[in-house]
Amino acid sequence: MELMVRLQKQLRNFRLDVDFAARDEVFALLGASGCGKSMTLKCIAGIEQPDSGRIVLNGRVLYDSEAGINLKPQQRKVGYLFQNYALFPNMTIADNIRFAAVGTAAEREQLVAGNLARFSLQDLASAYPRELSGGQQQRAALARILVSGAELLLLDEPFSALDSYLKWQLELELTDVLSAYDGSALLVSHDRGEVYRLADRAAVINKGQMEAVHTKQGLFQSPDTLAATLLTGCKNVSGAHRLAEHRIQADDWELELETHESVAEGVRYAGIRAHFLEVEQLPAPMCSAWK
Amino acid sequence: MEIAPLIITLETAVTATIVTFLAGTGLALAVVRMRRFQGLADAVITLPLVLPPTVVGFFLLLLFGKRSLIGRFLLQFDITLVFTWKAAVIAAIVVSLPLMYRTARGAFEQLDPNILAAARTLGVSEWRIFWYVLLPNARSGILAGLVLSFTRALGEFGATIMFAGNIPGVTQTMSTAIYAAVQANDYDLAFDWAIAIVLFSLFFVVLMNWWIARMAKGAALWS
Repeated sequence: MELMVRLQKQLRNFRLDVDFAARDEVFALLGASGCGKSMTLKCIAGIEQPDSGRIVLNGRVLYDSEAGINLKPQQRKVGYLFQNYALFPNMTIADNIRFAAVGTAAEREQLVAGNLARFSLQDLASAYPRELSGGQQQRAALARILVSGAELLLLDEPFSALDSYLKWQLELELTDVLSAYDGSALLVSHDRGEVYRLADRAAVINKGQMEAVHTKQGLFQSPDTLAATLLTGCKNVSGAHRLAEHRIQADDWELELETHESVAEGVRYAGIRAHFLEVEQLPAPMCSAWK
Repeated sequence: MEIAPLIITLETAVTATIVTFLAGTGLALAVVRMRRFQGLADAVITLPLVLPPTVVGFFLLLLFGKRSLIGRFLLQFDITLVFTWKAAVIAAIVVSLPLMYRTARGAFEQLDPNILAAARTLGVSEWRIFWYVLLPNARSGILAGLVLSFTRALGEFGATIMFAGNIPGVTQTMSTAIYAAVQANDYDLAFDWAIAIVLFSLFFVVLMNWWIARMAKGAALWS
């Protein structure tokens, strides 16, 4: 199960330019709102069209501007979990799932019953979407995607519409769904915690520009841009320049800092995460530094 | 009191409304999806709503008359439209179409685009999306458009009298019958038809309101 994405699209304020591949994993795009993350997902699903690029899923070319290929969303087998779940308001939960199910009539009924049970929705089978809580709607939307035979799961800010208690519970549920799912999943989020807990690898998108891909540990431990630093939750940042291999001058803090790893030429910022600081013994703080 | 105008009015309005419903929702969908010339297309379809019906009738007369290109073409198949029942239907379609189009368009534009996008990514064909997602979720708007255009067709006068004339038993509808009755100083007859039209229109608008209220509670459009 492999997804390759390279696309460019001119948006109102900036140019979207992303390039990545995901293989049997949960891949996350982390970025502030309005940075082009959702647009990237919409281009992969075929809801929006990029200006140029190439999208390949499991060897099938979904989009190729040079070859003039642009499959309809219906042909892509890409499931999209919308922020507002986008259940059909005129259908019951069972009908919502049935409407997307593929196969013979008997197979479809089996899929509907199986997924209602899997997502604990049996009691809500004949309820309408507006009668469900946000979490229940999300489970129904996931069930609907799974019965459609999607080879790729796109998760667009899956928890942004939920309160924090529900969010936690649903994250655990989604983790189960994702580990049972044999395709890749693409998660888009502005929440570093979500990305850290759900994703295997992640990349930061800043004003449409995609930055280097990291394992999530790599991204959180040594982010290599200012945007990545701020998005991964480092709040203390100062302008800085290199003094020696393990020494930098933090200009805004007017401090000279010693670093654990060697400092590259052209370092511009220094940041200290809150948990790096230890007040008690006042040792030299561990610092990370980047360009 | 001759019953012919009532029959002709109902036949005309029902036939026109079927065409208007299909063409109006189709045009609404097409215009919503247009990326260029949307304003122009909208204006052209809406024009019959704001023009005096006599102007609409006059243009229809020019367009389908015996001297026009279309008129001469139809004449080859021995079809004449002017002053026939078909002309009354066409006149009713043209004046009622903008009402169907505009209400349907408003209803479509209010739909959450994510719902349609979700249906597409789930692999549902455009045709199934139209019948099972788009129409049912835009149903109150569609229904309002249906009733508005039907009642408009029911009461159509200006374009009809210009294009289809006022021939008793052929093209004379209730509203043109009122005009003829008043001209003939038969106020009693005019009054009867006027009351008939008021009752008909009232009935359908009340029916529409009841239906929309019922649907707001979640009942299905058909069944």
